[in-house]
Amino acid sequence: MKTDHKFLEVKNLKTQFNTPEGTVYAVNGVTFNLSEGETLAVVGESGCGKSVTMMSIMRLIQIPPGKIVGGEVIYRDNDLLQLSEEAMEQIRGREIAMIFQDPMTSLNPVLTVGRQLTETLRTHTPMTPEQCRERAQNLLELVGIPDAKKRLDNYPHQFSGGMRQRVMIAMSLACTPSLLIADEPTTALDVTIQAQIIELVKELKKSVGMAMIWITHDLGVVAGLADRVLVMYAGYVVEEALVDELYENTLHPYTLALLQALPRADRRRDQSLKSIKGSPPNLLVEPRGCPFAPRCEFVQEKCITENPALLDIETNHKVACWVDVKTGALR
Amino acid sequence: MTEPLVRVENLTKHFPIRKGMLIERVVGAVQAVDNISFTINRGETLGMVGESGCGKTTAGRTLLGLYPATSGKTIIDGHSVYEARGSELMKVRRKAQMIFQDPYASLNPRWTVNSIVSEPLRVHNLINTRKERDERVKELLELVGLNARHINRFPHEFSGGQRQRIGIARALASEPLFVVCDEPISALDVSIQAQVVNLLEKLQDQLGLTYLFVAHDLSMVRHICDRVAVMYLGVMVELAERDELYENPLHPYTKALLSAVPVPDPRKERERKRVILSGDVPSPINPPSGCRFHPRCPVAVERCKAEVPEWREVRPGHHVACHLVEK
Repeated sequence: MKTDHKFLEVKNLKTQFNTPEGTVYAVNGVTFNLSEGETLAVVGESGCGKSVTMMSIMRLIQIPPGKIVGGEVIYRDNDLLQLSEEAMEQIRGREIAMIFQDPMTSLNPVLTVGRQLTETLRTHTPMTPEQCRERAQNLLELVGIPDAKKRLDNYPHQFSGGMRQRVMIAMSLACTPSLLIADEPTTALDVTIQAQIIELVKELKKSVGMAMIWITHDLGVVAGLADRVLVMYAGYVVEEALVDELYENTLHPYTLALLQALPRADRRRDQSLKSIKGSPPNLLVEPRGCPFAPRCEFVQEKCITENPALLDIETNHKVACWVDVKTGALR
Repeated sequence: MTEPLVRVENLTKHFPIRKGMLIERVVGAVQAVDNISFTINRGETLGMVGESGCGKTTAGRTLLGLYPATSGKTIIDGHSVYEARGSELMKVRRKAQMIFQDPYASLNPRWTVNSIVSEPLRVHNLINTRKERDERVKELLELVGLNARHINRFPHEFSGGQRQRIGIARALASEPLFVVCDEPISALDVSIQAQVVNLLEKLQDQLGLTYLFVAHDLSMVRHICDRVAVMYLGVMVELAERDELYENPLHPYTKALLSAVPVPDPRKERERKRVILSGDVPSPINPPSGCRFHPRCPVAVERCKAEVPEWREVRPGHHVACHLVEK
């Protein structure tokens, strides 16, 4: 976790969208890195730029209206943002795979599951159709779908939501990628099915040994899954820490407010929930000052005029905030 | 003890499945809600939890009479919902309102906030003049924490959390006693959820409301509800006082459900033992025999396949439907 930072390095990534209403500042200089085999969780509310960051890394942003205006994505010594589309196609699906939030819409309803499962294999490997089919069957067995051989000829509508998400995971694992990006893979699922999928992913991660980026808004899911966590707000990373550190020694007012706004199923109720005042930021306005300042209970004058950089405050703990939340004074 | 505000007895809702083009016949039924009974006391919040397809939304809608019940009875404040006609029916409708899940789909995009919030006032003839209406709507908007000056705006000019507040204002317009909240926060962001939940609690204190809170978020339900009912595949499997249910669940399904809820505490998460249920929820068209949970139940015995477990009170206020729970 500490030594090898050469696996994936994202530096100062900026993505914007041109819309009729003006420029949407979706990602405003995101920097992080990932080691081999590590699980990183990216947490934030809708519109915080977590999905756009990952889509930018995969170069899946539609251009126009989107545009990656700056930054680098260094994956094993290559800047993915500089690669040709052909070279990028060799990486997508083979080296870096992605699973999406909604298993209902990310499968093609008119193709059999077997056909969709073998697509990556047909694109990236010289396997014969028979070998592809056999591999697809193994993959379905790996993700715990009973009667795999028969199920290959089924269509997506013949699977339940949880089963479809298993199919998606099987698809992403087809070429044994070294990095799996999961964009809210369990948000559309019920809790008991979510627990099944999380257990499955944990086991697969152990056996395949891949690194993973897990995007979510659920701080409960993060707690049980991640090694390290990035908290995003309005297109910025506001806090980054190892998982225990983040929950026990929270340094950013936004992270703190999120944790206090969460009811707990494991505790008796002691008081009303602490709510975060105001509403999520308008990304059409070019950010000036700290984006969280209008909603922050620790806000100081400096916060309104100057945006704090993401700095190492403690070992393995970065935060972008002028204020020390323990004293309420400027750092 | 005083009479409960809401009394539901053996409520059943089946949706018929029809086949055939010219001569339609009923070939089966989706057994969405099957024989559930419970009461809600005045000023209480009863939580109804379960996974998608367990019938919790259907139960909420049926008990307000939005769906005709297949059989059973619901009595709200002394009036039988399914037998009431004419002015009595209007009275029941006025006293029992609903807040919907999706703040985008439940507001007419072509209506102003004024028209949306005042609709119940018009329907129930609670206002006479335009001035009276505007004043009442402004009062309601302020009650739910919206700016009264926004009265002539359209829904698209508001954020999700604000729209949900408009929905709440509409539900409160006719001065109800009882409100069914159907997943009122599940479409909202975490930071906004707390705002809306705190608002619902404040309104309950202020106006003496009684809630049926339908949700799948078990953490939020523990926070807001006084008692909690757990549904599985159209039947109620357990009902108890909040802390009793979360600390001492008796039904195997409740146990599995609670163990699956993630808690925001990494150390605790690592040590937790999860009951992972195998398989998916079966179809409510052809539910399993006996106890509907038996095919997925980790402790099921032969008896569970054959006999429908009785709904019984095993401890004061703690009801459960399971053969294996000792009295």
